[in-house]
Amino acid sequence: MGEQMKKIYLYTRYERFWHWLQMALIAVLLATGLEVHGVFSLIGFESAVDIHNFVGLTWLIAFFFFTFWLFTTGEWKQYIPTTRKMLIVIRYYSYGIFRGEPHPVPKSKKAKHNPLQRLTYLSLAAVMLPIQMITGLLYWSYNSWGAWGLDFLTMGTVAFVHTAMGFGILIFVIIHVYMTTTGHTVFAHIKAMITGWEDVEKSATVEEWEAR
Amino acid sequence: MQTKYYFICILAIVSAIAFFASAQAPQAEKTPPAPGRAMARQAAITSGDWTTADHSKMDKLQQTFETGPAVTEACLSCHSKADDQLHNTIHWTWLSPYENGELIGKAGYSVNNFCISTNKMEDQKCSSCHIGWNGKKDGINCLRCHGDADIDWSAQFEDYKFFKETGDQEIAAEIQADIQKNVANISMPIRENCGSCHFNGGGGEAVKHGDLDASLIKPKRTLDVHMGIDGQDFSCTRCHTTNEHQIAGRVYSTPAVSERKSLVEDDLAPKITCESCHTAVPHKEAKLNDHTDMVACQSCHIPEFARAHATEMTWDWSTAGRLKDGKPYIEEGKYDREVYKSIKGSFTWEKDVVPKYYWYNGSVATVTAKDVIDPSGTVRVSHPVGKRGSEDSRIFPFKVHWARQPYDMVNNTLVTPLLSKANNGYWKSFDWQNSISRGMEIMNLPWSGELGFVETTYVFPTTHMVAPKEQALDCRACHQDNGRLEKLAGFYMPGRDRFQLLDYGAWGLAIATLAAVLLHAIGRIMASPGKKEE
Repeated sequence: MGEQMKKIYLYTRYERFWHWLQMALIAVLLATGLEVHGVFSLIGFESAVDIHNFVGLTWLIAFFFFTFWLFTTGEWKQYIPTTRKMLIVIRYYSYGIFRGEPHPVPKSKKAKHNPLQRLTYLSLAAVMLPIQMITGLLYWSYNSWGAWGLDFLTMGTVAFVHTAMGFGILIFVIIHVYMTTTGHTVFAHIKAMITGWEDVEKSATVEEWEAR
Repeated sequence: MQTKYYFICILAIVSAIAFFASAQAPQAEKTPPAPGRAMARQAAITSGDWTTADHSKMDKLQQTFETGPAVTEACLSCHSKADDQLHNTIHWTWLSPYENGELIGKAGYSVNNFCISTNKMEDQKCSSCHIGWNGKKDGINCLRCHGDADIDWSAQFEDYKFFKETGDQEIAAEIQADIQKNVANISMPIRENCGSCHFNGGGGEAVKHGDLDASLIKPKRTLDVHMGIDGQDFSCTRCHTTNEHQIAGRVYSTPAVSERKSLVEDDLAPKITCESCHTAVPHKEAKLNDHTDMVACQSCHIPEFARAHATEMTWDWSTAGRLKDGKPYIEEGKYDREVYKSIKGSFTWEKDVVPKYYWYNGSVATVTAKDVIDPSGTVRVSHPVGKRGSEDSRIFPFKVHWARQPYDMVNNTLVTPLLSKANNGYWKSFDWQNSISRGMEIMNLPWSGELGFVETTYVFPTTHMVAPKEQALDCRACHQDNGRLEKLAGFYMPGRDRFQLLDYGAWGLAIATLAAVLLHAIGRIMASPGKKEE
């Protein structure tokens, strides 16, 4: 199998940095967020709040850079959702993967994500994370709501959405981490996200819609 | 090439983590103190002795004083406006305008959990705390607040009169010299002056307030960071500033301060609120400052009250009147405090008491002897006024005192027994019927003769005994299940509140997801041997 593989440079330096930075941010935010929520007691409420606020704001700022990168490099196109091959990918993960079949949508420079990934990452980057950042920012700026004309908000609603999205991200993390093990070796994808070089099968062809 | 990127990536992550960690590292000593402390320090700078008069040099005070009122007359010969000012103060009238325009107070129909009523100041023991000579009868006693608090002035003049009349002129002259010396020793009120009444309200030391007792005469700074003799060493008047003898800081019928102004905003504002000196943004930490619109400083900075002397928490009048061999008796209990007195009933005392927290706008509503009560439950003789959402209300700590006190079972009103021995009241007669009927007659209120006892509560805002900042409450004191603010409803508080359904649903989903990926993984592992065979 190995001899049929070739290496392609898939993830640029910034992309990899962004990925791992985001991983660290999410890990810290999940841990401190759950501590504030009262799930466990590790570093104390005050420290948890302080770190959560600082890291949250850091992420917000970093996210602007990411968005800038996304649009200036044209990478946003990687996130355009599609239903083509969607069912085939679903079939692969629920059946073909157990039979040792090859992935129906191999990665390429022009199409890093399969249809499922596109949908997941788009809803994450365009819906969940912005909602989480907005509600987080509101949560943090609670005392200014009056001055900003946001009196109609209640802490309860903002907290509800923020907590729900937090759990949503936790569930994403569980699936995402597991999915990294589904490459041709268990650590293949993680290695690719560190080095930038992904192993893909030589015979793989890139379809036109994927190479937009 | 690849290893280089690998290292850059690792370096970026490590530096990012280090960045967060450094933001959390304890602030070095070189950083300035919290703005509130800096402001307060500034406001509390002492300018040394500011007095411009030495009273011992005043001719008017070199005379022989035969009576107390004569001293007052001498004072007023210079301080000509003082009596008019005094007569308008609540310290003199014991009455204060209530929101409905009525005058409420000890001299009126107010009742409390302790000695209940002063019977319009007819009860002689009660008026021992009044700032006049012979209660209110013979005019103002300036020395009560401006003289040596340890001297019983009335007794001094009685002694002088006695020795002068019985002919022992030498002793009389000695007493007179002592009187003159002390009359000339005039000062701003010191702790002992204020404390002689305010530390001993309700008939004994530490009975009424949980945050005001004799321990504040010489407190450590751990007990009171402002008054601590090893710290700032503030006198009462440092915060309770005065304007025409009106002393700032009274609570009850009207809010103590209607505006939360700091000296930064108005340098003539009374210094009575914490914010007067500390401003509304006292902390270095912005998130803590975000609390000051909802949570009073006292709530976190007075973690417990009665931290030095135990304070009375309950008073049960219904057990009063038991006699041993026909005589009244006293029993002492924990903290060496009286737990039973024939004349008063049973008490309990507590130390290091965790306050109860309520929304509070600075005024306390009270039930008077004229109000109809509902005896089926606990009668709130006084309770804090305020509600969440109103701009002037904040969460504030209280001592809640519980009592069982006499009431009229037919008219459903609290009754006002005459108590003092001097009035031949209950403390002498142990006769409820007699003392209540006479007490109610003075008040000009109806009394059916049907005596019952009803449970009552009485509240005291806790504002003294502010602890040093190291002892302030931790966030978790409130931001948790069953925390100190457990009973305050109507708002979402992080750490305390959660949406049960969301939590169950979300954890359920997370666990289901984990189970699903584990099953998927197991499936792949099970299938892989076949793959190899292929």
